Amino acid sequence: MMKMSKRTKYILSIALAVAVVLLLAYMDANKSEYSYAIAILQRSAIYAIVAVAMNLLTGFTGLFSLGQAGFMAIGAYTVAILTIPVESRPSVYYINGIADALSNASLPLWGALILGGLFSALLGGLIGIPVLRLKSDYLAIATLGFSEIIRAVIAAPQLDRITNGSYGLKSIPNFGSVYDVFVIAFLCILVMILIINSSYGRAFKAIREDEVAAEAMGINLFKHKGMAFIISCFFTGVSGGLLAVFMRSIDSKTFQVMLTYDILLIVVLGGLGSITGSVIGSFLITAAREWLRFFDNPLVIAGFQVPLFRSGFRMVIFSLVLMAIVLYYRKGIMGSKEFSWDGLYRFIYKLFSKLRRKTPGKEANHHE
Amino acid sequence: MDISVFLQHCLTGISLGGAYALIAIGYTMVYGILRLINFAHGDIFMMAGYFMIFAIASFPWYIAIPIVLIATVILGVLIERIAYKPLRNAPRMSIMISAIGVSYLLQNLATYLFTALPRGYPSIPLLKTIFQIGPLSASLVTLITPVITLVLVYILILLINHSKAGMAMRAVSKDFETAQLMGIKINQIISITFAVGSLLAAVGSILYFTDRMTVFPFSGALPGLKCFVAAVLGGIGSIPGAMVGGFILGLGETALVAMGYSTFSDAFTFVLLILMLLIKPTGLFGEKVTDKV
Amino acid sequence: MNDKRSVLRLDDITMQFGGVVAVNNLSLDVNEKEIVSLIGPNGAGKTTAFNVITGVYAPTNGAVTYYGEPLVSNFPQSKMKKMYAGENLGKYTETIRRTPDKITKMGIARTFQNIRLFKELTVFDNVLIAKHMNTKAGIFSAACRLNYKEEKSMRQESMELLDMFGLTAFKDEIASSLPYGQQRRLEIARALATEPKLLLLDEPAAGMNPQETNELTAFICQIKDEYNLTVFMIEHHMNLVMEISDRIYVLDFGKLIAAGTPSEIQSNQRVIDAYLGVAEDGE
Repeated sequence: MMKMSKRTKYILSIALAVAVVLLLAYMDANKSEYSYAIAILQRSAIYAIVAVAMNLLTGFTGLFSLGQAGFMAIGAYTVAILTIPVESRPSVYYINGIADALSNASLPLWGALILGGLFSALLGGLIGIPVLRLKSDYLAIATLGFSEIIRAVIAAPQLDRITNGSYGLKSIPNFGSVYDVFVIAFLCILVMILIINSSYGRAFKAIREDEVAAEAMGINLFKHKGMAFIISCFFTGVSGGLLAVFMRSIDSKTFQVMLTYDILLIVVLGGLGSITGSVIGSFLITAAREWLRFFDNPLVIAGFQVPLFRSGFRMVIFSLVLMAIVLYYRKGIMGSKEFSWDGLYRFIYKLFSKLRRKTPGKEANHHE
Repeated sequence: MDISVFLQHCLTGISLGGAYALIAIGYTMVYGILRLINFAHGDIFMMAGYFMIFAIASFPWYIAIPIVLIATVILGVLIERIAYKPLRNAPRMSIMISAIGVSYLLQNLATYLFTALPRGYPSIPLLKTIFQIGPLSASLVTLITPVITLVLVYILILLINHSKAGMAMRAVSKDFETAQLMGIKINQIISITFAVGSLLAAVGSILYFTDRMTVFPFSGALPGLKCFVAAVLGGIGSIPGAMVGGFILGLGETALVAMGYSTFSDAFTFVLLILMLLIKPTGLFGEKVTDKV
Repeated sequence: MNDKRSVLRLDDITMQFGGVVAVNNLSLDVNEKEIVSLIGPNGAGKTTAFNVITGVYAPTNGAVTYYGEPLVSNFPQSKMKKMYAGENLGKYTETIRRTPDKITKMGIARTFQNIRLFKELTVFDNVLIAKHMNTKAGIFSAACRLNYKEEKSMRQESMELLDMFGLTAFKDEIASSLPYGQQRRLEIARALATEPKLLLLDEPAAGMNPQETNELTAFICQIKDEYNLTVFMIEHHMNLVMEISDRIYVLDFGKLIAAGTPSEIQSNQRVIDAYLGVAEDGE
């Protein structure tokens, strides 16, 4: 079988990147037609970041954490508070007014995102210290608990002047350009890939495989688990910040546990331990959710109303599909493998071989 | 506050605690046997609430209640067979993810079937009769909840300690593989465990929702989590522990609401969890287990 | 008489779990460049002793000394004080606990009784990971690949180890797909990647046929010389033990019942009664 030369792969990668950029530019130019599609792609990219971050923690290091929603909330609120235009603030905080320190605090999107990520990471570090020493089952519940605590704190009337309590924050300004989200997502995921492929990434995988053996090979469990946790929290926070900008208004209900479950299911669908899988899974699920809206509306075929088709049906179908994956396709789409041009070539080749063999009488000239 | 208000709150707290205790036992039993946090348990509790709404619409209460109990047990056992049994030899994370998947499915199913709007829970006249004891007044359901809880737990503990099935359950929770090798019918034991847990959850749901008066698809999510915390508090794997944990949680929550911190009453549960995990992870009645390397 | 340096010394090590005393008042020592074996029937407490040395368990009582410096030490406290069923209560007053990774960093490496390879990772990665502990780069530099020189040398050293162990052909195979004998070799290779001074081998020949055992015997001598190691070994294959050990300790029900050279042990009645039986091919 032919293996592609390094040069071919380079050219293919650049071609792909250019194609993506052109596609985005085209859609942006015809905004009226494609705004819906663009929104889906943007949401997918945002979820892709947090999915990869969760995969880093759960798929690569083996730490089952269910706190994503809470850390996204921290990033989201930080970005919201710092980017809502100063003039609009009194109207957003119309009940109790805004805290004096924050009334003029303002940062450009990039700064706010990084700060949001840092706050998330900081809180992750504080939470991690007690919690990472626990057995993995307890880690899941403890992080879930923290997620709920964060949500309760955000919605608390005592913090009205900072978070606007249960009223939520609105008037968050939109992205500067359509490319913003994708560039940021690309950078975040790139950094995470670099970390995974480094010596530390290998240490994370060792911890996942066998903690006892990893420790016996000189890996400080607490330090490395803490690192994985903090890094994951940072990018989860950034993703939350992007979500805030995307949604234009947020409140504590945006960050319920269901959100964490959504991300978890994306990661499982794509394959625990595969970054490509998380990205693909994110796009697939976000798109599927929209496509499945078809099931939410009454369906009439030849004057006969098909039963079952009404609001809420798509989520049921969605859940059933996901249960099927969890039970029968546990490895997910990519398993723990990553995308490679060679892999893609082999996949297409195998597909064609199977098709050719199915046609009788045609003897294919197989290269071997 | 004066003593009668205080006692009134205590009563509410113990009643809530009783419902929590019944649900917590389901968690602790399943965890003891399968080392699985059954994330779907809270949603089974929620479904039991809906079952009652529909049962009462067609049957008198003394037939509706058994129907609800049976339906919930069937639901619990079915879930185990379909979603957990196939993954028994899979890594631990897979089965936890499956539990989350079931929880997700149940919540979406309930939203689809019954809409997201809260539905009124039927008030069974008998249970809602108000009794006056001195300055205190409470509905029958509030009064009998702790009693029923204690009775059921007592019966359960007797069964666990003195029946063959109970002994089998204890064996399985100590050493899964050896129990299998000793000829214990694992599938049966696990089904019984889920059945008992679901039965208690159904009873708990009757007591809980009669007070609350509305059911909606996410009614089980938060109580479910809290009850798992209660189980951890008491020592995961210990039934009396789960009961005690449930009561502590119920009282604590009621106290917070009474003091005006109702928004924090949910967070309080999790703060308690974190503290417990830090100070005494094995819980109040749990045993320490050393892992063999 | 012996002017070799003491590498490892156990003093009165007792390990008690609940009511069960797994290791009872064990004292032994291992000197530089020696191969010392720890033998005894199954369940005698040998692996538990290893676990105490490597920091997996804190001993209930006693102390471990490494190159003359205290490594680990403990004494019965709170609940254990009442339950303590061992000896020498009161002799030790200090508590020194170290996590396994710190002990490995000090130069003590080990293999496991039931192979604990990183199953889903490649053979190469298994060895490479053991090099991570010596990395000087922080996570940020590593992510930015500023440590490329270090990474290169780690990879080179790992390849050399694989060569030494005859595993180069399998370098990209998943560890769990290797034949059993190769997996045991890989585990030793991985342990050596941590550049230890003392190597603890827990039943390295378990499950091997006589021919493989012979190869392993020669191999252990070879790596001991090549890497300047001191070896402390738990084993059941008596051929291997008698052939290469300088000294042997015998454990039964957690207690030391004999210590000496191979010939002394072979003729020790207590040992024969406890364990050896008919020493034909030592199974």
